[in-house]
Formats: sequence, C-alpha cells, structure tokens
Amino acid sequence: MKRVQFNSRFIPYLLLLPQFAIISIFFYWPSAQAIHSSFFIEDPFGFGSAFVGLDNYTDALTAPEYQKIARFTVAYSLIVTFLTLSLGLLLALKADAVIRGQSTYKTLLIVVYAIAPPVAGLIGMMFFDQHIGPFVHFVALFGWDMKVGINYFDTAFAMIAVAVWNQIPYNFIFFLSGLQGIPASIREAAAIDCKSGTRRFWTVILPLLTPTAFFLLVINMTYSLFDTFGVIDVIVKDKPANNPITLVYKVYLDGFRGNDLGSSSAQSVILMVIVLALTLIQFRFIERRVHYG
Amino acid sequence: MYRTKFFDHLILIAGVILMLGPLVVAFTTSTHTAAEIHSNGLMLSIGGHLEETYGKVLFRKGGFTGEVTGMTMAVNSLILGLGFAIGKIVLSMLAAYAIVYFRFRFATLAFWLIFTTLLLPLEVRIMPSYKVMSELGLLNSHVGLILPLLASATGTFFFRQFFKSVPDELLEAARIDGAGPVKFFIDVLVPLSRTMIAAVFIIMFVYGWNQYLWPMLMTTDESFYTLMRGIKQILQVWVGSQIPDYNEAFAMAVLAMLPPVVVVVIFQSWFIKGLTESDK
Amino acid sequence: MASILIDQVSKIYDGGVHAVKAIDIAIEDGEFIVLVGPSGCGKSTLLRMVAGLEAISQGTVSIGGRVINNVEPAERDIAMVFQNYALYPHMSVYDNLAYGLRNRKTPKAEIEARVTEAARMLEIEPYLKRKPRALSGGQRQRVAMGRAIVRKPAVFLFDEPLSNLDAKLRVTMRGEIRKLQRRLATTAIYVTHDQLEAMTLADRLVVLNGGTIEQIGTPLEVYHRPASTFVASFIGAPAMNLLDGAIEGDRLVIGDVSMAFGAQPGTTGSVTVGVRAEDLTLAGEGDQRLPFKVDYVEELGAHRLVHGHLSSQALTAVVPVEAEITEELQLTVAPERIHFFAKETGRRIERPGSPVEGGAVRSYAREASFA
Repeated sequence: MKRVQFNSRFIPYLLLLPQFAIISIFFYWPSAQAIHSSFFIEDPFGFGSAFVGLDNYTDALTAPEYQKIARFTVAYSLIVTFLTLSLGLLLALKADAVIRGQSTYKTLLIVVYAIAPPVAGLIGMMFFDQHIGPFVHFVALFGWDMKVGINYFDTAFAMIAVAVWNQIPYNFIFFLSGLQGIPASIREAAAIDCKSGTRRFWTVILPLLTPTAFFLLVINMTYSLFDTFGVIDVIVKDKPANNPITLVYKVYLDGFRGNDLGSSSAQSVILMVIVLALTLIQFRFIERRVHYG
Repeated sequence: MYRTKFFDHLILIAGVILMLGPLVVAFTTSTHTAAEIHSNGLMLSIGGHLEETYGKVLFRKGGFTGEVTGMTMAVNSLILGLGFAIGKIVLSMLAAYAIVYFRFRFATLAFWLIFTTLLLPLEVRIMPSYKVMSELGLLNSHVGLILPLLASATGTFFFRQFFKSVPDELLEAARIDGAGPVKFFIDVLVPLSRTMIAAVFIIMFVYGWNQYLWPMLMTTDESFYTLMRGIKQILQVWVGSQIPDYNEAFAMAVLAMLPPVVVVVIFQSWFIKGLTESDK
Repeated sequence: MASILIDQVSKIYDGGVHAVKAIDIAIEDGEFIVLVGPSGCGKSTLLRMVAGLEAISQGTVSIGGRVINNVEPAERDIAMVFQNYALYPHMSVYDNLAYGLRNRKTPKAEIEARVTEAARMLEIEPYLKRKPRALSGGQRQRVAMGRAIVRKPAVFLFDEPLSNLDAKLRVTMRGEIRKLQRRLATTAIYVTHDQLEAMTLADRLVVLNGGTIEQIGTPLEVYHRPASTFVASFIGAPAMNLLDGAIEGDRLVIGDVSMAFGAQPGTTGSVTVGVRAEDLTLAGEGDQRLPFKVDYVEELGAHRLVHGHLSSQALTAVVPVEAEITEELQLTVAPERIHFFAKETGRRIERPGSPVEGGAVRSYAREASFA
C-alpha cells in the first residue's frame, strides 16, 4: 500500500467502473451461468431444463471416454512442460554463455513467441503430413510409418512437438532473464570454487533459478491445459474420433458440437477447480519466494 | 570460462534452425504451386508463384459467400489486435490507479474481485460467454470480438505492480504543487508509465491478433472473420480435396504471422521487459 | 604460499582500448601487495587477470613459477574476496565455506576441521548455520574471508573488500586482514582506491594510473620519495601541495615569493614544487618566510588544516591548535622536505641528501580521527 493516498469519494469508483462493468458482464455472469447449468440437463428440444444435482459431474468423471481424455491431458501437460522447460533452459544457458552474437541469437530465438497456436499447428501439420511432410519421410527411413490424424500415438506426437516448439521462446526469455539476474560476482566466486561448469550449474545456478523455474512450471502447465487449444483443433481438424484431445477441447466439443450444455458446464467447472489450484500454488510460491537478498 | 565456446554456438545454431526452420520453409513452400508441393514435398527453394499466390490469398473473394478476401480478414485481425490492446491499457491503468492510489471502503474487495478473474481463462467459460453475447446481440461484431477478452486482470496487475514501484515522494510533491487525482494521473503518472504502456501494448496486440477460439465461435458472418479463422477455413476445405491448396495455406499462415513477428522483433527490448516484469 | 610474476601483462578490449599497459610486477612469496589508484586505472582488471576472470591479452602471469595464462580459475590455487562478498545466498555459512573444498574432493573430516578453525579465527562460529541474508555486512565480509582461508591457497586476492562497509568497521577489518595475512603468511594482492588502506596494509604498494605503473615501493618510499606528481598528490592526506615555481641561482621562487635554498637544488629553471601540508610550520626567528593568505580553516580537533594562498597559488598547511590564526601567516619549510618534479613530465627530480627519511607516515585527513 502506498503511504500516501487520495481520499476522494467518487473517483475511485468511477475509475473502476469500466473494468468492473466488463468483468461482471463477461466474467462473473458467464461463470455463474456455467456453474448453474452444470447442475441441469437441458431438454434437447429446448423446452427447459431439469435439475439433476451432481449427475453431470459424476457422469462425466466416470465416463471411460472422459477418463481417457483426462489421462492424455495429464500426460500431455507433463511431457510438454518438461520438454519445453528443458529446451528453453538449455538455450538460455548457452545464450548466456556466449558473448559474441548474443543479441542476434536472442532475437532469432524469440520470434516464435509471436506465432499463434493455430498457425503453429498448421505448419506442424505440413511437417507431419503423410504426403509432403519431411519429418514423415525422415522417420520412414527408420521404419516408422507415421499417420498423423489416424494413428493415436502419431497424432499425439505431432501435438506435443508443436506445443513444445511454440512455447520454447517464452521459457527461453524468462530463463535468460533469470540467469542474467544472478549477480556476476557469485558466478565468478563459483568459477574459483568449482572447476566443472556442470557442477556449478547444479549446485549454484539452478538453485538460484528456482523462483523462475517454479513460476514457469505453473505457466507451462496452464499453457498445455488451455492455450494449446488452437494446436489441437488444427491437427484434429474437426475429426476428434479416436484422436487424442485434451479436457478443454472436450468442453468445446460437448458444448458446441454436441449441444450438451449440462455436461460441458460441469466439465468447465472441473477445469475451473484445477486452474484455481494451480494459480493458488503459483501465488503461494511467488509471494513466499525466497528472497536471496 | 573460456572453453566449450564452440559447442555453445553449435547448440544455439541448432536451436535457431529448429525454431526458425519451419517458418522459412513455410514461406519458401508457399511460393510454389500446390501440385509441385504435392509431388515434391515441402521445399526450401523459392518458386515462381509468390505474387500469384499471395495475391490470391489476399484479394480473391472466397468463402461461402464469395465476398471475403484475405485482406478483409487481415483488417479484422488488426482491429481485434489494436482494439484489444488499447482497451486493455485504458481499463487496467484506470483500475490499477484506483486500487493503488486511493483509500476507499471497498478497496480490498475490489482487488480480490479483479484477482479472481485470473483464475479462469476464457476457454473454461466459452459456452456461457457465447450465450451472453448472443443475448446482447453482439455476435458478429467487432465490439463482441473484443469485449469478453478484456475481462481479465492481467493488465491491471501489471500496472498495479508498476505503480507501486513509483516513489511516494512524487505524489507528495504533486499534492504540494496542488495537483488533484486527475491531474496527477495525467501529468505525472501516465508520462512515467510510457515504457510500460508500450510494453503492454505490444504483448496485448500480439495476444489479440493471435486469438483463435473466441473469434471462431462467435463469428459466423464471414465478413468478420479474422486471419486465424481464415486458417481454420482453409483446413476445413482441405478435407476431401484431391490436392489441398498447400501453397495458399502456407501463404495465409505467413500473412497471419507476419505482423506479430515484426512487432516482436522490432520492439524486442520493450516486449521482453514487459513480459519479465509483468508476471514477477 | 608462492611468488607471483606479472610479466608485460596487457589488457586490450575490442575497439583497441588498453586498460592495462605492459605491467611488470615481481611479488615475493608471502608479500602483501596493494594495487592502488583512482577509478579506471586498471587495478581491478589486473587482479581479475591474475584470478582468471579476465583473459590476458598480452604477457604472462606466473604463480609459483607456473604460467597460468590459460589455466581455469579453480585450478590456479587462488582464493578471492569480492567487494560485495559474493556469498552463495542459498547455502548456509558452513556450506559457503565448505563448497570449494567439497568440489576438490577434500575428505569430510578435513573440511570440518578447516571450516571450524576458520570460523574460530574470524569469530563467525555462531553463524555457521545461518544463511547470508541473515548476516550484517561485517559478518558477511568475514564469511567471505573465511571462504578464502579454508582453501589454504597459494595466493589471496582481495577486490576492494572493505568498500561496502561503514567507516568504523572498515578500520577494524583493515587491521584484521593485516593480522590474518601475517599469521597465514600467504602471498596477497589487494586492490583499493583508498590510499590510507593501501598505506596501512601494504608491504609494498603499486600505484597505478591509466593502466600503467607510476611507482612500486614500500609505503615509506612512496610517501617520502613519490616518483611523480601523480603519486605525490595521491598518497598522503591532505594531498601534497603542488606549486609552480622556479630555481634561480640559489633561490627558490614561487610567484612573487622567494626563499634562499641553501641545499643543492639539483636543477634549474621551472619546476613543480611539492610540499606536504604537515611539513609547513609557522616561521620563527631567523626562518625563511613564506607569506600565506588564509582563506578558511578546518578544525580536526588534534590539528588544524588551514587552506589559503601562497602568491595566488592554493596551499594547505597543518597548523597546531594553539597557534593564532590571522589573515596572513608566515610559514616556513625545511629545504630537505621540499620535493621537485619536472614541469613537463611530472617525474621526480632526485636530489642528493633529500628527503630526510624516517619518521611516521602522517595523515591529517578526517580518517585519522578513527585510527
């Protein structure tokens, strides 16, 4: 809190009005509706809805289809997060280490941040396309007959690859910034205390990067859960049958394609709870972040 | 300290190839005809059809109504990007100013209400949001494209953090100089925030331009399609065609990525500053 | 425990900037060498080249007879104390001290022994389990020194370690560093911009300016026989008075004042005249008189610094507290205590029989009140 503040009566409310108007109409109202609809089943002919308590939730959670999708979502999130964090960190470490050309490398490596997930997905589709995709031709040399869009595993592979590729720049930027925030004298002291660069990394640099790493961990999980919608939609091309999809995509499918408002809303609420948990963890860790003075 | 420089560069170059390679290939491939691509796969060379393909994508009237051109979609994307960025900045600066610089009864409540919007991304409330827009008659409009996206706290938190770092002495000096809240905001705070505004603008513009799910859902009228929607459309046409229009798809992808990439590269330092300082 | 040879060492940055220009220093085993000079003189760069934190552009550095130009810092058998301590924030004090030893596969018992001994020497035993952020500046400084001690290196390197401490603490720590180095008899290179620190710590000083050495010598040598006007004004506080003058015949002329010179001047014509403030005294009967116009007085308690003009050139003199200050004072100075420097180059002009050596190095500036 600022030490000195204005005491005006009306102005703060005036200032907050636009933001609150928008938030109420476009956030709280729809969210409340989502929660509300999750307890109802809508008559398919639009003649009203019936209260079913937690049925939508139990139906969704116990459905094998949902569980399969949930398992894929968890695996997908973990794999994407792990890969994109590692690659982002690796590139950041190397970019930090070189002196000549650092800013060029930096510019070239952050470009992909600006690429939208669906565009990434489109380009990915080309690379993994059965007819024209160079990656497909390459792995065919090893006997892997890749059929993205048909084979579950192949499609999952493509989705993961594209999602990882799209997110590397974000992690790269943050890791690089974190690295450059470590005081030079500490790194020099470590150079005098420890011969091996690898050992220096594990014992000094990585521990000092943990605040950044935790933050990115949560961000990446959120990214894999939600922001990759565009990737999945493009790769799956409206043919979700037998293709891997994530939970958020199923919300969209059931809601917009399947017209099952109740189930879709219940799934939305389940996702809300997950996001809530993730964000709370993030804030706890950031507020309680060890300040290394 | 000195060694392994060679390997460092090697890894970095590999990284650059991995990151930019697909983009380069997307562009070069777009300059060939679809038939060439179908038989030869993705190509690194530059074909002769650059103007033809891009001209078609930009200016040919297509879609179901036969009215929409790539140019129209680009304009819509631009409106979305700019509108969202400007709207975000205005809303969040005002809200952050209120929260940080004013002592009023519901300050804590206001803060938490705004904070909770961080918890739920749009994807989780698309259906009811769609219903609300439909009831308000805002489907298929630019306003409808932009407004729901503004309902989140990201910008507000960013400016809140920045305002908190502004020295108290500035406000005290301004008060002694006779500046009220409005004057202080306009004459002192806004000029001070110039770099932050630029940084937020860039991030929000890219975010708005790259929006996919929401525009896809709420625009059925093709004249409101954004470039992202156009990409989906191209892919929908693909299914079932003999030789998909690879070249046009790539051309559209290149068009769709060009403005954000240019903005990010040119304003790199602001953009990075905005990213790394907003979330910490 | 090793000698160090710095042989024609230069540091040249991209763009041709010579931060260090062909420096030669031979340091004996166990010596405490202080590199002193103003900001940008190259002293830190030189230290960092010895440490391996900067590449050596030209020349060689040898420790214990071994050329270490291309040796990694961790393998040079050196330890360094940084200006901002550079303690590992995520490790306890114990781990900070033990880290270097662990990396060298020192047996656990040995680590334990060395760490406890260093902790005892530096009186940081109570803090062993704490993290650096829970310590004060002075405590952190001692931990930083502890980290260097436990390694038992051949050379200690100090990079302005006391600059971040408050004045009083600086004085105490200065003494402790000196005692420690004496006790351990480890060769040490110490960088500072503070001439008082340099004078009190060094076995020998290296005065650097603009990347080159102005003078190497013991504190007394540097004080009594400064090799150039730069050294003369840098060492000692208040700075030596430097005046434009001339030798005419057997008189020293400064502006419109002249005094009989008696002793052999060693030169004629224009010279830069150097006189320390503490060598000026109030003229008594029979002394040569230098009329001094007083501008203002600084009271230091034990002495006074009187600032004024001698024939329109600025001059500072130390005057005892009992003396009466009037608008004009008559000062005198013994000829042996006058220094001459060449006007164009600023280099010292040697004279037979001067200066009179011996006596303590006297410093009348404010820091003296803490000594």
